[in-house]
Amino acid sequence: MAGTALRGRLTWRVATVSAVREETQTARTLVLDVPDWPGHLAGQHVDVRLTAPDGYRAMRSYSIASAWPSSPAGGAKVDLTVEQVPDGEVSPYLGQVIGVGDPLEIRGPVGGWFVWRPEQPGPIQLIGGGSGMVPLMAILRAAELAGRQPDVRLLYSVRRPESVLYAGELARSKSEIAFAYTREGPAGERIGRIDAEVLARSAWSPDVGATVYVCGPTPFVETVADLLVAAGHDPAQVRTERFGPSGGGR
Amino acid sequence: MGIVSPGFTGRRRSGPELPPGQYLTEDFPVLSAGPTPQIRPEHWEFTVTTETGEVHRWDWQAFTGLPQEQTVQDLHCVTRWSKLGTSWQGVSLDVLLEDVESAADYALVQCYGGYTTNLPVEDLLDGQAWIAHKFDGEDLAPEHGGPARLLVPHLYLWKSAKWVRGIVLSDTDEPGFWETVGYHEYGDPWREQRYAGD
Repeated sequence: MAGTALRGRLTWRVATVSAVREETQTARTLVLDVPDWPGHLAGQHVDVRLTAPDGYRAMRSYSIASAWPSSPAGGAKVDLTVEQVPDGEVSPYLGQVIGVGDPLEIRGPVGGWFVWRPEQPGPIQLIGGGSGMVPLMAILRAAELAGRQPDVRLLYSVRRPESVLYAGELARSKSEIAFAYTREGPAGERIGRIDAEVLARSAWSPDVGATVYVCGPTPFVETVADLLVAAGHDPAQVRTERFGPSGGGR
Repeated sequence: MGIVSPGFTGRRRSGPELPPGQYLTEDFPVLSAGPTPQIRPEHWEFTVTTETGEVHRWDWQAFTGLPQEQTVQDLHCVTRWSKLGTSWQGVSLDVLLEDVESAADYALVQCYGGYTTNLPVEDLLDGQAWIAHKFDGEDLAPEHGGPARLLVPHLYLWKSAKWVRGIVLSDTDEPGFWETVGYHEYGDPWREQRYAGD
């Protein structure tokens, strides 16, 4: 199923939005019914294609937030969580316009590196910045469905508590979750970006040999990946996914 | 055939024609599978290994002493951004392969950090490919592949391997890093060869 999803020609499928969940003021999750979905690995993404009445098209990639199957009973949904990009072309449509019952063309799943497979041994370290949490949530959900909570640690960097995606589900999670609040936080919480000290306190230590998944804006991923390597993590065990502008110059 | 997205009008961007499915960016996004390798030029070397096992080797001094070319190129990333008119300096693969005795059809590009990508040798020749070490007149930044990267602008950017350390020539085609996880074997942006089977 998920293994074979990487093979063969990928076709466009018409999914239907079956539910919409508001995650934060700027992000929402589209729950999609997809006919004949071949299944996916946690961490994979899909291409989304929008077509205007005159035939103009725009396409973008979105990470899948749901595990597959999405419940122990074998549910079958594909969740996309869309953070609205100011001045974006596709995200405002997905974030504001499309609604329950509307069709959405998707193609996938795509990607075979930034993924977690249930048969993969060993601890898992997830480190997300902002909407970089989306593919990590798929991994967290898949690992928890596989009963791997003791293996999982999540370090999630967000501006403020209201920016946390999947806040309710994370609060109920039995995995070890730490937040780094960069602008405002609950009373008594340290405010600041992830640094060597935060990593040492919240993440698996390098000698544990965890597979590390880092996803977020480019400067965030560059910083965190450098910190991990400096702390002694094997670079080959650190998988990264970056998005957005490169920040500071080129 | 597709469907019309109810309520979608899109934001048409005028300007030069882009390959299908691409949009224009002014920024220079960074995409890498892992941490950025920090390679000092004095520790860098580049090798070409032929199908008979013969190795040609350049250290940084020898490499930068080769005839240099300036080139302005459009870049197309499979993640759908395109960046036009980028300025590079580097050494043409025509120069690097000039004295290499080989009849191989395929090249496997190898990088610091373990990344690989494959492409036909003919796509490296005839002024189509460079080992680039300057961008916009400055040393290439590590996150963009510095000190040196392959530049093959007529293919999707994942073929323009960052932190390049060598090319292995072979009679048989061996898929590289992304090619083994579902991406297209060749990657022509104008034919929209994104994924296996496209």
